[in-house]
Amino acid sequence: MTASASAAGELYAEREKRVRDAIELRTPDRVPIIFFCHFWAARYAGMSFREAMYDCEKLNEAARKAILELEPDIFQLPHAAVNLGRPMELMDYKQLEWPGHRGVDPNVPYQYLDREYMLAEEYQEYIFDPTGFMLRKYLPRVAGVFEPFAMLPEVSTLFYLKLIHSTAAVATPAMAEAGRALFQAGRESQQMLGTSAQLIAELTELGFPNNNLSFTSAPFDMFADYFRGSKGAMLDMIRHPDDLLAAMDKAAEILIRGVLADAAITGAQTVFIPLHWCLDGFMSPAQFETFFWPPLRKLLCALVEADLVPHVLWEGDCTTRLETIADVPRAKLVYFFERTDLFRAKEVLGDTVCLRGNVPAPMLTTGTPDDVRGFCRRLIEGVGRDGGLILDGGIGIPDDAKPENVRAMFASVAEYGA
Amino acid sequence: MSDATRALVEAIAEMREPEALTLAREMLDTGCDPLELLDSCRDAMDIVGRKFEEGEYFLVELLLAGEMLQQISAMARPLIQTDEPKDEDRSTIVLGTVQGDIHDIGKDIVTFMLDINGFEVIDLGVDVPVAKFIEAIGEAHPQVVGLSGFLTLSFNSMKQTIEAIEEAGLRQGLRIMIGGGQVDESIREFTGADAFGANAVAAVAIARQWTGAEG
Repeated sequence: MTASASAAGELYAEREKRVRDAIELRTPDRVPIIFFCHFWAARYAGMSFREAMYDCEKLNEAARKAILELEPDIFQLPHAAVNLGRPMELMDYKQLEWPGHRGVDPNVPYQYLDREYMLAEEYQEYIFDPTGFMLRKYLPRVAGVFEPFAMLPEVSTLFYLKLIHSTAAVATPAMAEAGRALFQAGRESQQMLGTSAQLIAELTELGFPNNNLSFTSAPFDMFADYFRGSKGAMLDMIRHPDDLLAAMDKAAEILIRGVLADAAITGAQTVFIPLHWCLDGFMSPAQFETFFWPPLRKLLCALVEADLVPHVLWEGDCTTRLETIADVPRAKLVYFFERTDLFRAKEVLGDTVCLRGNVPAPMLTTGTPDDVRGFCRRLIEGVGRDGGLILDGGIGIPDDAKPENVRAMFASVAEYGA
Repeated sequence: MSDATRALVEAIAEMREPEALTLAREMLDTGCDPLELLDSCRDAMDIVGRKFEEGEYFLVELLLAGEMLQQISAMARPLIQTDEPKDEDRSTIVLGTVQGDIHDIGKDIVTFMLDINGFEVIDLGVDVPVAKFIEAIGEAHPQVVGLSGFLTLSFNSMKQTIEAIEEAGLRQGLRIMIGGGQVDESIREFTGADAFGANAVAAVAIARQWTGAEG
């Protein structure tokens, strides 16, 4: 082993331990910081957002440049979140608008289309046979490539000779075309994963640990974001509470199985869970405690049981939820707060979970390096020194953050963190 | 206020949707003036807005109240014999989600709340180019402009929109409020807006304060 390789190995071990100590609520040698962004690295390297969605090699260069300059203790590559242009095009994916597609400006981030992709009347169908519902109803609605799947026979009845006969139903030109498009989309996805894996290997050699993650949703958010639309799911709490609760109960089990299967293949050690519809003001404490928290808690406890570390992103301000969400296993989870006051969160949750965040996006985008330094110093000294804090932006590094502000945030852990 | 009206106001304010719709239907079928019916809906919304401000109601209740009013309005409007008396004093508000951002849920609730509170709202939709705001302001001469945005890129779009309004000489006498997602006081200052609102009820309060509208 060369001297530099050995130094890199030591740095890797040091950084990994720093992060682990913070998560497991021991005092680290200094407060750790994570690198997490969507389009910021691409913009910083002079790429358009569209290029980030289509050019994986170039995105590798952009992410490498940012990570080598900022020297995070742990990094999360943007690839799996943004380098998706080609497979989405091949699949005729309908739930997102993205840069350069259908007339969208090449320098805006992709944006979710909040629509009703499942009707309230379909809850029972989902509960009875989620796989059949997904294959024949949901997938054809969210991606054009799956439209022929609407004609698939009842999968659950395909045994013995019926299985043989069923092949007649799939031998259509539309299905053949769908197969070809999915094959191509799959090749593109493999290429993205392969190219980003090369960068991860390279950065590992240089002493930078990767946050190897799977990702999932809270059961309520799964229905609100991707099935019923946010308005649909919110109103279901009043109009169809029993259906919603039963569907989430089923979905929680399915989401757990999905993450465990994913982790078995990829070796993921953490699970990223961004939460969208539970913030203060959106639903009452009673609604949160009835609809949102129990199925989410079930998911979190199952992941912890499987030795996975959930990084739960509580978007917005979740101050009124703090007491309720303290009911989780100790020193096993990361709560990533966007706008909740971390000083208050530390009081309530400091003995239970590691906090992550939360330099405000407005400050990183429009403030000055002095603003950022001051904020980080207060956070590090007041919340992080004795462990249980991973410094980050409120939602990672915002796409439009000023580089000098991002540098100030990363420099602050060395200045004030020990 | 008649017993039926009182019952309708209570059903809406207490989020009893099926009951509210049945009562409204019955009232219209038995000859209740549709304009009076819509007035009592506004009374109910006042209660809903107050409960939201007091922390008893949340976004969910605002959404459901909106749904109830939409359905009752759809029943009542065809029965209105004469044109609704146009209130010349209604203050006009132009609003939209700024360029580059297609989020609409927050903006739609603000539009609904302003409308129900007696403002004339011109909703320009989402991803609204600067020129479209300028055009609408030039034509409608609103007292208030509302800019909405969820993404961080919207900070710049808001700033550019406000600068363009100034350059077009339309800023005089016009108050501009912003809101959505991550907007805070620092973004208000950055964009040059007059105020920011954390939610739809705040937007109504700001607009009322600026226009002196009773609502």
